[in-house]
Amino acid sequence: MDWLNAIVQGTLLGGLYALFAAGLSLIFGVMRLVNIAHGDMIILAAYLGLTVTTATGLHPLLALVLVVPTMGVIGYVLQRGLLNQTLGDDLLPPLLVTFGLSVIIQNGLLEVYSADPQKMDAGALETASVAVGGLNLGVLPVLTFAVAVAVIWGLQWTFYHTALGRAFRAVSDNQDIAQLMGLNRRHIFGVAMALALGVTAIAGILLGIRTSFDPSIGGGRLIFGFEAVIIGGLGNLWGTLVGGVILGVAQTVGAKIDPGWQILSGHLAFLLILAIRPNGLFPRIS
Amino acid sequence: MPEPILQLHGLDAHYGDFQALYGVDMKVMEGEVLAIIGSNGAGKTTLMRSITGLLSNGPAQIKYRGVDISAQRADEIAVQGLAMVPEGRQLFPSLSVRENLMIGAQVGRKGPWDLDAVYKLFPILEERKDQQSTSLSGGQQQMVAIGRALMANPDLILFDEISLGLAPIIIKDIYEALPGIIGEGMSAIIVEQDISKALSVSSRVYCLQEGRVSLEGASDTVSREDISRAYFGIE
Amino acid sequence: MTLQDYNVTRSSNAARVAAILGALILITLVAAPWWAGRADMRLMGELFLYLALASLWNLMAGYAGLVSVGQQAFVGFGGYMLFALTMFAGLHPIAAIAGAGVLGALISVPVAVLIFRLRGAYFAIGTWVIAEVFRLGFAQISSLGGGSGSSLPVAIVKSLASKRAMRESISYWLALGAAVIVISAVYLFLRSRKGLALTAIRDNELAAGSLGIDIWRTKFIVYVVTSALTAMIGALIFLQKLRISPDAAFSVNDWTAFVIFIVVIGGIGTIEGPIIGTLVFFALRETLADLGTIYLIVLGVVAIVMMLKAPKGIWGLIRSRFDLQLFPLGYRVITPGKTDKS
Repeated sequence: MDWLNAIVQGTLLGGLYALFAAGLSLIFGVMRLVNIAHGDMIILAAYLGLTVTTATGLHPLLALVLVVPTMGVIGYVLQRGLLNQTLGDDLLPPLLVTFGLSVIIQNGLLEVYSADPQKMDAGALETASVAVGGLNLGVLPVLTFAVAVAVIWGLQWTFYHTALGRAFRAVSDNQDIAQLMGLNRRHIFGVAMALALGVTAIAGILLGIRTSFDPSIGGGRLIFGFEAVIIGGLGNLWGTLVGGVILGVAQTVGAKIDPGWQILSGHLAFLLILAIRPNGLFPRIS
Repeated sequence: MPEPILQLHGLDAHYGDFQALYGVDMKVMEGEVLAIIGSNGAGKTTLMRSITGLLSNGPAQIKYRGVDISAQRADEIAVQGLAMVPEGRQLFPSLSVRENLMIGAQVGRKGPWDLDAVYKLFPILEERKDQQSTSLSGGQQQMVAIGRALMANPDLILFDEISLGLAPIIIKDIYEALPGIIGEGMSAIIVEQDISKALSVSSRVYCLQEGRVSLEGASDTVSREDISRAYFGIE
Repeated sequence: MTLQDYNVTRSSNAARVAAILGALILITLVAAPWWAGRADMRLMGELFLYLALASLWNLMAGYAGLVSVGQQAFVGFGGYMLFALTMFAGLHPIAAIAGAGVLGALISVPVAVLIFRLRGAYFAIGTWVIAEVFRLGFAQISSLGGGSGSSLPVAIVKSLASKRAMRESISYWLALGAAVIVISAVYLFLRSRKGLALTAIRDNELAAGSLGIDIWRTKFIVYVVTSALTAMIGALIFLQKLRISPDAAFSVNDWTAFVIFIVVIGGIGTIEGPIIGTLVFFALRETLADLGTIYLIVLGVVAIVMMLKAPKGIWGLIRSRFDLQLFPLGYRVITPGKTDKS
């Protein structure tokens, strides 16, 4: 039963990792950009949530109403003002510019909020649990997993059933021809980044309710998201959810063996999958 | 007196250090079908990329409806009613047939062309509407590319090498459909290596050679000799 | 003017002057223990080690197209190997540094086989995962102090030299030697056939492949050599620090972020760039470090602006203005009557 419990908890944890990964996956799919600052943006969203909740007394989940659009605007402005200038055939500019951004965000957060760990207070939600067939499931992890499924379903639906999604796919296929169809790729990229950071905001708030956070932990969240993307297969959003779950289960099972092995066993699972299925489990983009 | 819908004044084009077009002057009148011929590497596709805004141009080199569009982006130009059927079709592989057509309508211009009109013109596309565009035959893909451009209800439509890589019987079908397509008050530029096909559907013809206009004339009066001289540069 | 009138040459007046000046500077630096104070020597030693790290990262990212954000994996690995080999195998510290290099090369082989499956930016994050695996792995080894780390036993420190002043001089010379060896190795490597292949890959991977250059193998060799040398630098770094812990050894900020800034600011894809970048970085650090986090934000902003406005860095700006090349790598055509501009 202990093992089953570890697997179930890991699966639920995978929902959070899938949320870390969904934004990465989205912007890579639309513009082949890998944002090294992605993890720091998750933490930025958590701090924004903290500021909103302490300033207004709102419940952290209600703070989403403010934090999601704020992150969206940041994403759009960042893409149009900075990141669009880095796109092209050369790999270095986007990589190094987002790396620079990562350092700026991390130290900006340190400057404003200090290095002390913080946590958002979600009241009874943090400890509430339901018993299902002998297992004790936390309401928050279950909620997080449900949100992850809903977000990925929403992104998938946007991608394949809306004019915006059509535009995303068209620009991703062939930027020049998409321009001939009247699509301004700079704007489309801006919207994609806005959407990605909107998802990042959800991830950041859920992270900030679940555990304490400080400005230095962004890199680790980037890595978890990245591992989920690669395990699931590039360009496949549902694959990303599976990737998150595999990573989460590897971590909780590893922690069960030895608490010091939690994160390490997640990384090892990732490397193992990289060794046997280099393109991930369900690749869409070659 | 019809007005020119498109005017080029001394258009130059460069790829890095390489100059592909030298001072091209050209005029397309309202409602006119213009043919551009020339051998491989003469600059035809470069010319199309310049007109549509995919290549950046010098100032005041391209006027569309009397307005200088030289500095505008491709998407800004497209919205004003200039559409292209690109060389090699270039459909969006991750979009279905129907989505490829729908994205042509993204510019939001009103006019006779919508999904139903395109399906009426090419009934096979309606049967295949939910397939990925890459699963179609070359001819069918060309129909999608033409339909996609029509969905924008353009005033000026550019056809870049539409017969390239297609079977003769399909080329014949497409050229037979052309008058019906262009008939609705549209102007058109047809870029073509097949000279007789180009002459048969156009009223005037330009020949490009090494980035320069080497011949300009009415399609029914230019002589074969003039064309071969302009085409191959043989004196 | 016939073809014979042209001269194709690698050398230039600037390169010759640079070589002579370089030799003079080197002699002065070797003599530093007789003219510099202890604090200055420490600072210079650290500067040389950063210069070596930056030159190695530049070889990977600027020439081989392998952008790594996980070089701390090998810095930390080298540091831990110094501790392990001296403490458990009883090696002399200098032998342990060489040993760290060999082990670094060995461990980099399976790492390369794995992460070379990732492309471009994903390769970069993959290198970071490896560094995290190393960090978490070494934190599990209790004989090396686990998560809190350990200090180098005094007996081992003394085996380097019994007098403190002498130890500091040796430390300094080792750092200077490391920088000279790394820069020379990078220079000679880039002049070799393999180096030319590397430049071809950077300029056009597809074309280089069709010319029969085995891209995977060339990149693999660069990765292994860089890892070995980075591990040796790591051993030197922790020989200076005398204390190691997983967080310090595998710090992404200290061993990768700063190194990237150095290379981007100085000029990526040039040998001169890391040298200039290191000098600028230390000048900034010595003047702004009191500002703490603000200093790091400034560094990030400078790197972004540099990448967007002057992607070839300070050295690129200088070179485009004066046509200079201090390390003659490229050949140049000299027209008669038009003598070397530099």
